[in-house]
Amino acid sequence: MTTALSGQEVSRQIGERFPDAVLQSDEAAVVLRGESLLEVAQFLKATPGLEFDYLTSISGVDYLDYLEVVYHLTSMKNNHSLVLKVRCWDRDKPSLPSVVSLWRGADLQEREAYDLVGIAFSGHPNLKRILLWEGFEGHPLRRDYL
Amino acid sequence: MEMMSVYSSLELDRAEGLAIDELIARSQQPIPDPDRWLEEERRPNVLITSVDAVLNWGRRSSVWPVNFGLACCAFEMIATAVSRFDIARFGMELFRASPRQADLMIVSGTLTWKMAPQLKRIYEQMPEPKWVLAMGVCAMSGGTFAGSYSVVPGVNRIVPVDVYVPGCPPRPEALLYGIGMLHQKIAKDSIAVKR
Ligand code: SF4
Repeated sequence: MTTALSGQEVSRQIGERFPDAVLQSDEAAVVLRGESLLEVAQFLKATPGLEFDYLTSISGVDYLDYLEVVYHLTSMKNNHSLVLKVRCWDRDKPSLPSVVSLWRGADLQEREAYDLVGIAFSGHPNLKRILLWEGFEGHPLRRDYL
Repeated sequence: MEMMSVYSSLELDRAEGLAIDELIARSQQPIPDPDRWLEEERRPNVLITSVDAVLNWGRRSSVWPVNFGLACCAFEMIATAVSRFDIARFGMELFRASPRQADLMIVSGTLTWKMAPQLKRIYEQMPEPKWVLAMGVCAMSGGTFAGSYSVVPGVNRIVPVDVYVPGCPPRPEALLYGIGMLHQKIAKDSIAVKR
């Protein structure tokens, strides 16, 4: 079975390269600073021993205080997985860097997070609604929708 | 030279959005079920009744459904079609991939507003006489998603429905029973009454 890597263990490795990148970490996940997402993602993808070459899913979550995006990463090569989280405190204009340049599969999933939770991914090649139609008002999976 | 994009253009998406908004505005009231002919007085006429009998026998013995599934209910429809429940017993095994060859649309599943124009188009492409069977509570009334932002609260907002089969999902037996009801309905049809 795929081993779920400890968030603390991976965050120690991240911290050696990017001292400010990690906000907090526990067994389950690593919470990153939004600005350092792209470089850390690049690091996780390229570093031998980690090699997260496959992005399983991206989910947008609304916690009312902040919006969160959860990245599930898998390494096909080493058969292990990791959960990355990034938070946005600005509800009006939440923005994060897009990871489409690293994992092509992020394309549709980031569009879904944009469509339903309203997080804008800067650098996305085609950021527009995917499940709902153009002209729909609001982002329905936000807790304050309706 | 500009690269061909793999994405749909924004103009296309906007046009789609406008069409959907328009459809929502037009579909605020359910379309009445086409059952007026059930109550209308039948005029006895030897010619019409015997033509009716032959025509209706032919029509109900070979109802071809259009190959069209929307959500979880579609799997129950597929189960109905394969050997265990065997819809072929009712002359309906020919699920047609083209609406132009089909008489019955089994709306099996949740209809979203984004899908609604396509459903309407498929319905309009089917030749008369045609029937619609709403399968599952989603198709009947929106079901669990009735108050949702994206789901049509009942396909009778979009097309007139002849038979409703409740359930979430209805078992294949229920669908077969609904089809039996449709056969009874077709049997009462008459060329003298406008559908
Ligand atoms: S009625 Fe139930 S099974 Fe059928 S489409 Fe709706 S949710 Fe799915």
